[in-house]
Formats: sequence, structure tokens, C-alpha cells
Amino acid sequence: MDVLLHYFDKVDWADIWVATGDTMLMLSTSLLFTVLVGLPLGILLFLFSPRQLLEQKATYGVLAFIVNAIRSLPFIILLIVMIPTTIFITGTSLGVAGAIPPLVVGASTFFARLVETALREVDRGIIEATQAMGATTRQIIVKALLPEAKPGIIAAITVTAIALVGYTAMAGVVGAGGLGDLAIRYGYQRFQDDVMVVTVIMLIVLVQILQTIGDKLVTHYSRK
Amino acid sequence: MIEFQNVHKTYRVDGRDIPALHPTSLRVENGQVFGLIGHSGAGKSTLLRLINRLEEPSGGQITVDGEEVTALDANGLRRFRQQVGMIFQHFNLLASKTVADNVALPLTLAGEMSRKAIDQRVAELLARVGLSDHAKKYPAQLSGGQKQRVGIARALATKPKILLCDEATSALDPQTTASVLQLLAEINRELKLTIVLITHEMDVIRRVCDQVAVMDAGVIVEQGSVADVFLHPKHPTTKRFVQEADQIDESEQRDDFAHVPGRIVRLTFQGEATYAPLLGTVARETGVDYSILAGRIDRIKDIPYGQLTLAITGGDMEAAFARFTAADVHMEVLR
Repeated sequence: MDVLLHYFDKVDWADIWVATGDTMLMLSTSLLFTVLVGLPLGILLFLFSPRQLLEQKATYGVLAFIVNAIRSLPFIILLIVMIPTTIFITGTSLGVAGAIPPLVVGASTFFARLVETALREVDRGIIEATQAMGATTRQIIVKALLPEAKPGIIAAITVTAIALVGYTAMAGVVGAGGLGDLAIRYGYQRFQDDVMVVTVIMLIVLVQILQTIGDKLVTHYSRK
Repeated sequence: MIEFQNVHKTYRVDGRDIPALHPTSLRVENGQVFGLIGHSGAGKSTLLRLINRLEEPSGGQITVDGEEVTALDANGLRRFRQQVGMIFQHFNLLASKTVADNVALPLTLAGEMSRKAIDQRVAELLARVGLSDHAKKYPAQLSGGQKQRVGIARALATKPKILLCDEATSALDPQTTASVLQLLAEINRELKLTIVLITHEMDVIRRVCDQVAVMDAGVIVEQGSVADVFLHPKHPTTKRFVQEADQIDESEQRDDFAHVPGRIVRLTFQGEATYAPLLGTVARETGVDYSILAGRIDRIKDIPYGQLTLAITGGDMEAAFARFTAADVHMEVLR
């Protein structure tokens, strides 16, 4: 019992809180930009895809290829490949700021595909009905497709947020800190398994919270 | 008036041209309920969607009240579509919006009315279709018949001149079908709305339509007033639809009558003739005897009709036949 009680004695809690803060900062900022970039990208993928409103084989082919190419890269590689671009955008390739651009690029392509799928789930009859009312393509998207796909898009944001938690663990490579980085440096490299256990628990709690919020919102907006 | 001149439609599938509608000319007068009947794949759905150009014609000309629909640009087409309501087999309501918001959608899309005016119009429409108490519900909370009523209210929101019905009752049970058809007939009568509907059920045609066109393999094979087409079908496809509606199998019936003595005739009464005491009078005056082998007294929309299959024996048979023909009754000698 004593062993258990004193197991966490040597953990530096200040480090843990700083790391948690970094993770939360990276997560919230990158999730925000991921949605801002990925949602329009997903809508475009949907619209240009075969048999959809703005069917454009060539444009769809190019977009799909770029999205697939980015998604082929393991995040850790993307992080390094993007260093020059990251410096151009944020002025630094280090720290939390240095981690955001690769996080956004990696996650928004993933998110865009989920948005495309969510839009494809909307009954074609809905599009036909709004077309028959004389709606413009823009109105069809804003007034019909997005409201109908809202639960699916919220679920996509949840999945993306959780994937981002995983990505942030690798952002330690560029010195961005965060819980994952702490776990690797202390737990793995310094054999401080107590720190590892604490960070793992924090990550589990974080993911559970994200999933619960996401599920609640999906239920709230589902009318089926 | 809706007018088709040599309109045709061909789909290109895997490099091959599949004709969905062969060159067709057609005219639907204002205020009519025009029915298109055909089996699935007959081209009726394509024809319906050509009217508001949800399908683009491969050739030909479509005009509505003198306006050439086939010549409209994107903006003109959007304005035109606001004057054409449409309802669907699977209702196509937005699950994310309430009943009231669904009905309001065409009005908010048109963007010409204030929120207050829209709310008032929606309330009127819901009252017309009998759903005032359901305004705040979501489509998932409604029955099929109620959903179609929302669809109808939505289609009427912009006060269209034309209502297109795409198998509007095919997903409904017979009782609900009857009430939805009644609502459509009411709307046609009170709003002087032209209705074009497609269906694969002759019964739907019989209940609400004035004119009917029968389609088979992308061609209109028979067309005319519902009473004419229904009572005197000519094309094999039409005959099949009528028999399905009557639930009789003619060849089977012939076998049943094999042992019946005398001549067999089929009399078709229409309108007031249906109620005239013709059979008794003729039997008395010409001395023939008759027995009724099969029969049906019903209505086609508002017109009563009767169709009786009789076996006639004895008396002056020729005189009896002459009397039937003279009495404005259509007679077919079956044997």
C-alpha cells in the first residue's frame, strides 16, 4: 500500500501542468485552424467529385491527389518536411508555434475526407428537392447540406480532435512540449515510469472528455 | 399550359447511349390533373423531371405558359422553378429542420418575404394540410402520410402554378394514399393548380386524374381522358394496368364463363347512364334473359361508371343489342 501511495512522490507536478497546458494550447489552436481549412476543402472535394453538384473530374483528381499525398506521410515526417514552410508561416519551426502548421496540414486533410463522407451521407433527394425549389448551389450547401450533415461533421471534428491529441505527442521533436513529449523524455528516455503513468492517465482523461462532448453534441443535433 | 415538342432524353452510360425518352410531344392544359403511368424504367420519372429541368433534355422544346423553359439561363431557371412545386416518393424533407422550417425553406431561399410574412404563410399552409399542431416537430416524429402533407405544404409555399408529383403515394399505405390523393384533388380544385403526377398504380390515376398518358419503354403508348383510357384500354400495357387495378385476369375469367350458355357481352356505363334502369327495361321489352357474370360500379374521379359482364339468353337478342347501343352504353360482344 505504501509503495502505491508513494509511487508518485517524485513526479514534478509543475512539469505535468505545463505539459497539459501546452497540449491543450496546441490542440485547441490546431483544431480551430483544421476546421477552418478542412471544412471548405471537404466541401470542395464533395462538390467536385463524380456525379455531384459541380462535377469536375480534373479538379477533383488534383485535389484528391494532394490530399492523399499529404495523408500518406506519417506525421513525424510531415513535421520535418514542413520546417521551411512552418518558418515562413510562423517565423519559427520550434515550440508550440512551430508545431501548429504541420498539425493543421496533417489534420485538415484527414478532416476534409471525413467532411466529404459526411456530406455524401446526405440523401440525394434533399439536394434534388432544394434544386427543385430554385436554390443556388451556395444555398444548397448552406441551407440544406451543412445542416443535414451537422451531426456527421461534429462526429468528424471529434475524431479529428482525438487524432490531433496523438499528433501532438510527436510535436516534442520540434520542442513543442506537451504531455506526449513529457512521456517520451521522462518515461522512456529517463526510465521515470511514474511520469509516464501520469501523462498516460492525463491523455486518457483528455480523450474521454473529447469523445463524451462530441457524442453529446451529435445526439443533441441528431433528429433521426 | 405545359407543352413538349419532340423532347427526347438519352443517357450516356459507359460510352453507350441509352434512350430514356424517345421524341415525345405532349400537352397539359392549365388546371388539369395529368397522370403518367408506367412501370419502373418506362421513362415517366425522366419526363416529369424534364418539366423543371432537373433533367436536361437531349433535344426538343419545352414551353410552360408560352415561356420556353429549355431556353432559360441559370437565373431564369431558378425563378421558373420557384413557380413549380414538387413532391417526392420519399418526401425529401430536411431531417434537421422542424416542420415549419421545412415549409418555410422555399420562401427563405427565394428571399423575397419578411420573416413575419413567411411565418404567416407557413401557418396558413400547415392549416391547409391539417398539420397546424405539428409545426414544431421534426420530420422523424411524423407518420408517412403526415410527412407527405408537409411535402405538399412546402411545395405550395411559393404559390406555384404547377405541382409535380413523383410517385407521391407509392410509399404510403392504401388509407393514407386515399387521404393524400383527396388533398391533391382539393388543391387542384381550389387553387386551380395544374398537377402532373407519375405513378405505377392505375388506382391513383382513376381517383384524381383528368387526363392520362401510358408510358412504356420511353414512349407514350396511349393517351386520353381517364374515363376513355380506363374503360376502353387499347394498348397491351394499358390493358395490363387496368386489369391490375380491377384485380381480374381476363383469360382466367373466360375459362370461368366457358360453361355459361348464351352470348356474353360487356357493357360500360358512364355518367348518368350508370344509374338508369336499363337492364330491366331492355329485358322486358325484348324478352331476353340476362345473368350478371362480373361487374363493378365505381367512380373515375367524379364520374360514376359501371362495367358489367352479362350472359344473355333467349328473346330478341339483336334488338336488345341495338337498345344497349342506342342507350349511350358502350357494348363489347365477348362471345
